[in-house]
Formats: sequence, structure tokens, C-alpha cells
Amino acid sequence: MAEQRARLWAVLAPPALWLGALLVAPLVLLCGYSFRSGIGGSLFGDWIVTLDNYRTLAATPSFLELLGVSIGIALVVALAATLLAYPVAYYLVFRVRARAGMYVALLLVPFWISYLLRVMAWKVILGSGGAVNAFLLWLGLIREPISVFFYSRFAVVITLIYVWTPFVALPIMATLYRIDRSVLEAAASLGATPGQRFWRVTVPLSLPGVLAGVVMVFIPTVGEYVTPLLVGGSTGAMYGNLIQDFFGRSANWPLGAALAVVMLVGTLVLVGATSRISQVERFIR
Amino acid sequence: MRERTWPLPTYYFTLLALLYLPLVILLVFAFNSGTILVFPLKGLTLRWFHQLFATEALMRSLRNSLLVAAGSSVVATVLATCGAIAFVRFRFKGKGLFITVALLPLYVPFVVLGVSLLLLFSTLGIPRSLLTIGAAHSVVALPYALLIVTARLVGFDPHLEEAAMSLGANYAHTLRRVILPLIAPAIVAAWLTAFTVSFDEFAIANLLVGREPTLPVYLYSQLRMTTRLPLVVAMAALVMVGTLSIFVALVWLRRVLARTPVSAAARA
Repeated sequence: MAEQRARLWAVLAPPALWLGALLVAPLVLLCGYSFRSGIGGSLFGDWIVTLDNYRTLAATPSFLELLGVSIGIALVVALAATLLAYPVAYYLVFRVRARAGMYVALLLVPFWISYLLRVMAWKVILGSGGAVNAFLLWLGLIREPISVFFYSRFAVVITLIYVWTPFVALPIMATLYRIDRSVLEAAASLGATPGQRFWRVTVPLSLPGVLAGVVMVFIPTVGEYVTPLLVGGSTGAMYGNLIQDFFGRSANWPLGAALAVVMLVGTLVLVGATSRISQVERFIR
Repeated sequence: MRERTWPLPTYYFTLLALLYLPLVILLVFAFNSGTILVFPLKGLTLRWFHQLFATEALMRSLRNSLLVAAGSSVVATVLATCGAIAFVRFRFKGKGLFITVALLPLYVPFVVLGVSLLLLFSTLGIPRSLLTIGAAHSVVALPYALLIVTARLVGFDPHLEEAAMSLGANYAHTLRRVILPLIAPAIVAAWLTAFTVSFDEFAIANLLVGREPTLPVYLYSQLRMTTRLPLVVAMAALVMVGTLSIFVALVWLRRVLARTPVSAAARA
């Protein structure tokens, strides 16, 4: 038994210590920092515990508004991507079948290409010197390049939906595969039309995958700060940009930490609340 | 009564075309001789690729990215393999907690993880560098590697280990000669995945970067300068080809994993 213990420690200790030092410790430190007053001082000196940062947060309408906007954007993106991905998942599972592996690989290749590069490509297409503008100029529909496609909140939403749609097909496919075909046959033999079979049998049975998809998109999206930097312009900022700003240019780390803690707690609560049903990690390969 | 079947494939292939359009555009402009990225195209050239290799800062950032990805993916894979063995083969208190913490990077928004690591490093007086980025990437890639290796370990019979040990092999020997060879394809898949996760990662690297940028950080800094864009696009085309080969390798590995259940691999 002692031997067994030693073996366990040999394999468990390295990852546990690593995660403790580089994941748990920084998050705990972040929480600690969010209750700290002032931005100067050393680590162990000058720790005055205060709720000031949270008070500032709650009293600044623009912070709360951006938080709301980010949650809104994440919800819209998650729902839209899931809706757009559902027919694809359905097609691959129920129609393509044999070659589905190939079709899925084709769908995922772009996902593996650097996100930065894909957004850059869209800039080439939609930007003021881009293909669409060149075409419109050539047609004579516009006199000078227009920039409505880029640098707005709208552009952020569209870009994010575009990026996440192929990815969401995976969890939905996983649940669709598990649907017992005899259930559908039973429904058919009892006189259900194809529409009824789809809406009353297939869709309800695939809801765990749909929920997993929504959560898998919502979490990275609500914390986004890169896409707004790339395509958001001055009006497209999200809550993540606030956090990044307080740790960068504005240099108010305790306040930034408070903002980050709010986001952290929010996402963890969401994951905890939905994990029973969606079991997100089951779908990540 | 036949259902109409064309809307679904049409939808799928339209989506596919939209997904590939930007990749095609990047490839086309990598060979376009005009200095600005606008239509109509000017003519074919390999100039950008020549210049690319002569642009020291760009090559340096590529080297940095390869270093960070190589280091962090090895660390993540080793730790994930240890963690997976502990999780699948042992019973211990706090197992649930361990796996929750190990999967946490999947759920914590990157900006939050990035700033908390920034806090940690600056509190400890560790300057930002490629090492800090690598440390962060090892944590971010760990859950992916852990899930891949765990899935493989679950499928294999613990009796194989017991058999080896009852035949006189000690645990280290069993680990090296029985367990690791059996899960080797999963370890390679985990490592490739971890490598790509790190190589592409921008959000955290951008917060933890020191004087030496990784490729995505460098590319981002160049996006504003229009004269540099053709170079960046040529780089993008190269990276794309590299990523694609890793992807093909992964698809192939997954086939191997699916085709050889562990019982068969054990016999071989």
C-alpha cells in the first residue's frame, strides 16, 4: 500500500504542483488584489483590505453597461452560431453518414488556421481597399470606399459568429449520433410526419449538445478583447478591453482585478449551473 | 413521398465556401506583386517570400513562437500524461477537485487568466519574457492534452499492468515498457494539439509578452502598417501550410487510434 502511495505521488504531484503554482495561485492572487487599495507598494506591505474597487465598479455606469453589452454579444453570438451550426450537424449525421469524418475535417480546417490571419483576410475582403469596395466602386454604386463593414460592434458580432459556427457543430453532432434510430422509426410508424419527428423527437434529444455548444461559445466570447481590438474600432469595445486596459495603459491593477473577478465568478457560476446537463468536456477532443 | 434533400448540402457547401474564402484570399495575395492588398491583382511574384526570409524581426518572432510552442507543449503533455495516469489508475481523495482544476483553463476567459498570471509574475518580480508566455501556454494546453490521453487510458485493461508487474517488472519498468507504448499515439496527438494551441495563441501572449514577441504578437503589431501587409500575408500563407500538415497528421493519428483499440495494440 505504501508503495502504491509513492507511485500515486510520483504521477500526481507534478501536474498538481504545476497547476497550483500557475493556475490556482494567480487566480487567488487576483481575488486578493481586487480587495487591495492603492496601486503602489510591495506584495506583503501596505495591504489595506477594502471594498473600494467593487464600489467603484458598481458606481460606474459605463463599466456595468459594457458588462451588459459583452453578455449580450456573447449570447447573440452563441445562439446564432448554434442555430447556424445545427443544420450542418444534422446534415452530416443523418445524410452524409459514411463520409462524415471527411466532411467534419473539411469544416474544421479553417478553425485550425490562426484566428488573427482569418480576421486579417476579412479585412482584405471587406476593408476600405477591399474586394467588396472595389467591386462597388467598379459598378459605380459608390463614389468612395465605405467602411461600414469594419470598426463597429456589428463587425465584432459578425466576426465572432463566423469564427465559432463550425466549432459548435461538434457537440451537436455528438448528441445527434447518440439518438437511437429506432425511436425515430417508432415515431414514424405511429404516424408522425417528418416535421413532427424532427421537432418533437430529434430536437429535444439533441438539447444537451445544443446547450454545450452555447456554453462553449459563450465563455470565450464574453471575455473577448482581441476581436474588438481587430475589428471593433472605437465603438466596438467589450468588457475584456476594460480589464486589459486597467492592466495596461490605465495601470490601475486593483480595479482591473475587481473587474476580472466579476467576470471569473460569473463564468464559473454559469459553467457550474449548466455542467450537469451539457458536460462540456465530453465534447472537447 | 420523398423529402427534399438539396437545401442541406447547399447550406453546408455555402458555409464551407465562406470558411475557405479568407484562406484563398490570403494565398492569392501572397503571390500578388502589388504592394497593397487591393483588387485588381497586379501579377505573380515570389518577391514577398524572398523578403520574408530576409526580414529579421519576422523570422525571429517565428523562431520565438516555435520555441514557446515546443517547450510548453512538451511540459503540458508530460504533465497531462502523469495526471491522466493518476486520474484513471488511482483512487485518491480530492480526485474530483484535481480534475476540476485541471479542466479550469477551458472555462476561465483568457483575459482573466492572462492578467492573473501577469499579477503573479510581477508580484514575484519575474520579468515578462518568452518563458512567462510558455508557462501560461503549458497551463492553457494542459486540459486538451489531459482529455486526449485520459480517453486512451480508459480504454485499456489494467490487467496488462498487473500482468507485467506479476512477471517481475517494477513500476517504472512497467510504465516505460507497457503503459507508455500503449498510449503513445494519444501522447503524440496530445502533443500536436498542445503545440498548435500555443503556436496560435494571442490573447494571453499579448499580455505576458516581454521584449521578444511571438509570431501572432508580431503579426498583430504589423497589421497597422499597410506597407508590411504583403509580407505578413506571405507569412500567413506559410503558417497555413504548416498548420494544415499538423492537422492532417492529427486526423491520421485519430484514425490509427480508432482502428487499433488498445487490446489489439497490446497484442502487437
